Amino acid sequence: MARTKEVTRVQELIYEMKVGQVMSTEVITVDLDSQMSNLRNLLGEKRISGVPVMDNEQLVGMVSIEDFITCLADRNSDCSVREQMSRDVKTLYDTDPLVHAVQEFERHGYGRFPVINRETGKLAGIITKGDIVRGLLNKMEIDYHEEETQRRLIDRSFEEIITEKTRFTLRYDIVGKDFNRAGETSSKLKEALKRMGIPPDILRRVAIATYEAEMNTVIYTSGGKLAARITPDEIAVEVQDSGPGIKDIDKAMKPGFSTATDQVRELGFGAGMGLPNIKKCADQMQLESTIGEGTRLKFSVHIKRSEDHGTNNHR
Amino acid sequence: MELTTIVETLDLDVKTTEGDFSQEISGVYVSDLLSDVLAHADEDNLWITLQGHPNIIAVASMKDLVGIVLVNGRMPEDETLRKANDEKIPIMTTEMQAFDLAGKLYGLLGKE
Repeated sequence: MARTKEVTRVQELIYEMKVGQVMSTEVITVDLDSQMSNLRNLLGEKRISGVPVMDNEQLVGMVSIEDFITCLADRNSDCSVREQMSRDVKTLYDTDPLVHAVQEFERHGYGRFPVINRETGKLAGIITKGDIVRGLLNKMEIDYHEEETQRRLIDRSFEEIITEKTRFTLRYDIVGKDFNRAGETSSKLKEALKRMGIPPDILRRVAIATYEAEMNTVIYTSGGKLAARITPDEIAVEVQDSGPGIKDIDKAMKPGFSTATDQVRELGFGAGMGLPNIKKCADQMQLESTIGEGTRLKFSVHIKRSEDHGTNNHR
Repeated sequence: MELTTIVETLDLDVKTTEGDFSQEISGVYVSDLLSDVLAHADEDNLWITLQGHPNIIAVASMKDLVGIVLVNGRMPEDETLRKANDEKIPIMTTEMQAFDLAGKLYGLLGKE
């Protein structure tokens, strides 16, 4: 399903990259007035099969091995390039996207195209299919290196933040009543914490408590804000919404108590386990609510657990 | 036991394209209440449920579950499948009811 929409990096690159980026700029040319016998030495030496023909810095034709063979077949011991070259030369501009070059190679079946500088109108280089392949591979290698270096930089910067005892906060908006996007905030937070190298057991407890808090906000309110403060010692999460508020917090904390509608229960929510789950996962939890105004939930999970939490029943 | 063995033995219908079927299953958890799964399922559990809406993926991802089996011929929503492929969590379906599937899994895992 998703596969048909997938565009490979190569497909993307041949639209992005220009002929000028991959062409060879050291072009071997022959003069209009040279002889075909000179050409034979040139082609053999450089191991190429065709060259542009120049007349006073202007491209006037292309001459290839085939032209040379024709010359021999006609039993001419020698003939001039001027007579044998093809004058109808297909060229590309240096500003053409690679995809255009690929199409032209397919259309004409030529081995090479002279490349013209679009501004000056002069010969700027020559391009073969090999140049295109090499250019793409180089570009992908550069991309890969950049990605790797960037990833290393990000990893390191997170480590530094944590070890330097600076605190920072990640903030998210939670959209109320949107069950399709529900859970996204906690997923994002989990992903971010994972990259910071937070231990898996801590990570899971924060993620579950955050998920339950997020679901409460989605199910019962019109939306809210979630902020996670990360310090070397703990991850502290605060979720705030603007209503309707909880009537009886003690009741709400009781496992199994729920005010969820049947529709919400049908989805598997409203089990009356949300707040108890948060309490179970967190080292500290604080819940304040005012009817008609909103609810503020704070909980924290300690990263380096001190001894006095050993008695608490956390899994 | 690997997930792939379970899928083959019990003839489960695989609905996702991504995911690792060579994962070892630590056990099975049966529940339709998401909070209950969050509270009680263990890491690397296979989850049996009726729920097919997208939030099951978030729950499975939070708990690092190996996969989800929808019973009773229930089908996952399109959005669920999209998220499942993103998170690489396999979703399987079966016509069996939860009791029958759980019973067969109990037998399979008990032999190990």
